[in-house]
Amino acid sequence: MHNLLRYAGQAIFLAVIAAFIGYFSSHPVYRQMPEGMAQIKLSFAHGAKRLVDCRKLTSKEIAKLPANERRPNTCARERIPIHVQLAVDGEILYDDVLQPTGLSNDGAAQTYRKFLVPAGAHTISARLTDSKRSEGFDYESEHRVTLKPLQNLAVDFKADTGGFSFN
Amino acid sequence: MKYIKSAIRWFFDTAEALLGLAFPANWNPMLNLGALGFFFYWIITASGIYVYVFFDTGVHHAYSSIEYMTNEQWYLAGIMRSLHRYASDGLIIVVMLHIAREFALDRYRGVRWFSWATGVPVMMLIFVAGISGYWLVWDKLAQYVAIVSTEWLDVLPIFGEPIARNFMSTAALESRFFTLMIFMHIAVPLIALALMWMHLQRVTKPRINPPRGLAIGAFLSMLGLSLVYPATSHAPADLSQVPGDVALDWFYLPLFPLLENLPGPVTWAACATLVLIMAVMPWLPPLKKAAPAVVDLANCNGCARCFNDCPYNAISLVARSDGLAFEREPVVDPQYCVSCGICAGSCPTSMPFRRVSALSPGIDMPDRTMADIRQNVLDVSETLEGSGRIMVFGCTSAMQIDKLKSSKFGIIKLNCIGQLPPAFVDYVLSRNLADGVVLTGCRENSCHARYGVRWTQDRLARVRDPQLRNRVPRERVKTLWAGCSGGKKLAATIEEFSAELAQMGPVDMKRRAKPVPDPMLESADA
Repeated sequence: MHNLLRYAGQAIFLAVIAAFIGYFSSHPVYRQMPEGMAQIKLSFAHGAKRLVDCRKLTSKEIAKLPANERRPNTCARERIPIHVQLAVDGEILYDDVLQPTGLSNDGAAQTYRKFLVPAGAHTISARLTDSKRSEGFDYESEHRVTLKPLQNLAVDFKADTGGFSFN
Repeated sequence: MKYIKSAIRWFFDTAEALLGLAFPANWNPMLNLGALGFFFYWIITASGIYVYVFFDTGVHHAYSSIEYMTNEQWYLAGIMRSLHRYASDGLIIVVMLHIAREFALDRYRGVRWFSWATGVPVMMLIFVAGISGYWLVWDKLAQYVAIVSTEWLDVLPIFGEPIARNFMSTAALESRFFTLMIFMHIAVPLIALALMWMHLQRVTKPRINPPRGLAIGAFLSMLGLSLVYPATSHAPADLSQVPGDVALDWFYLPLFPLLENLPGPVTWAACATLVLIMAVMPWLPPLKKAAPAVVDLANCNGCARCFNDCPYNAISLVARSDGLAFEREPVVDPQYCVSCGICAGSCPTSMPFRRVSALSPGIDMPDRTMADIRQNVLDVSETLEGSGRIMVFGCTSAMQIDKLKSSKFGIIKLNCIGQLPPAFVDYVLSRNLADGVVLTGCRENSCHARYGVRWTQDRLARVRDPQLRNRVPRERVKTLWAGCSGGKKLAATIEEFSAELAQMGPVDMKRRAKPVPDPMLESADA
């Protein structure tokens, strides 16, 4: 009888542990986002234009170079910072100047930002300057969208495919 | 720190005592946490190999392959999947309890720093392995885990392009990146296994397998859970949507909501600080190291008992260097010696009956020599009065034996109960220094010096040298193994034992005790 009680105690303990594991392996449920909201995710990595334009080397300069390094042009490595803006229904949510990456500032500038907006119809404007211009933007896109709750709208930028994309 | 340790120690002491009501001492789950960790690891490995057979490693078919296992082949692959998950959760539980227990019992400082220092990365790798496993299902939870983890990693300025951009849209997602995660999910546990092996390097006879009964019970509980509540997936990942409500596994992902909502530098700083504190804990503050065991070659015949009994590989045997006609001599490595004194207790020359020569064993503890202990016994015996006198030998790591105050009880404190050669029991009773002897120490399977209690039990049972002499009346010897909260039980046991001894009358060692059957011979006969 004593042994039976002990076995019962062991079974109860192991069952409680199993129940504990079973429950906390999936409960309580975590709500990632308030109800009725959607998300806009703006992210890209883009190399802006060079800070100093490329120029042609003179024949003397080319002659000075080692034979295996001779080239017609020379370009400074440093890139221009990128100015980027994201607006929703005319309200600017994000306005930043992104510095190029890399030790010589010659890498792509990059960003990764998330914005919560109420679900519903919105006009999303994305703008970007990657040149030395001081006014206006090199790329500008406007997208009208009706966002469903929990929808994730990805705003990407690729210069070689024409600029911003909204997915 | 002291109060935190006391609170945790109380928790474990209570839990061990409660579980001790249902489990035999060697099955007690709280006393087998490390071994259970290994056991869960093997379940995870075996179930993982099976699940991998049916798993499609491409990101676009991973989800459907797991759904097939869960729904179509639920009776085997589905159960294996559930076992894989639940054993992983079990692993986290036992690992966290193991860490907390070793911390509370102060088993992480001094020479034990190595086990702690190798255990910390094992814990981190187990988390990494578990978290990477959740990616592979490629459901909404996987999407959440993947995005939050990569966004967190992107806080570090070491990646050329944010790796979270891999999850910008379904079109951006590449199977190659997914394959990398599978590689990680396999490689990280293997690295953890290598570290687990290192973790055990400075202990002798490590217990890496739980007792069979406990292993069967643990497996059946995981199997039962897998059948009653099988692991299932969320809806498939959809990068055009935020996952929304996710049923997090709170054993592996409790920090994810914080990682998601707090600034990255803050969470990185917090995690780095936590890991740093964990890593340097053995030196916060450093343990005051007692003097290590010292070998006295003049009294050593190289019998190797100390070498066999040392729980920490601190003693090695080398060729004899003093010209005596023995093959070997023990050498103590002070770096590994925890000063438990078990070696001195095992030495055949630790003989309190010596009269002609000084009590100077072949190996002894400079801070608590055998001669000190014998003198202590003689001094204490002078203070004992009346009938039912008891000499209590106890270690300093278990219950506080010095709280026992009575003219009937004499207290002899030892580094570990394993430091006591059985000849002292004989000595006390044959010299009529007390009417009975009580040996007390840590709970069984939970000895602070790992094997002090076990070796003492074996010595008393006459299955391990040095053995208790046959002539010692066993009814006058009692043992009590309990945790730090066992003081009341000890007091009650001693009072009761004292009354029994009073009834027995004075010790008569001239009468030869009835021979105690030798269990080794009995088992051989059977």
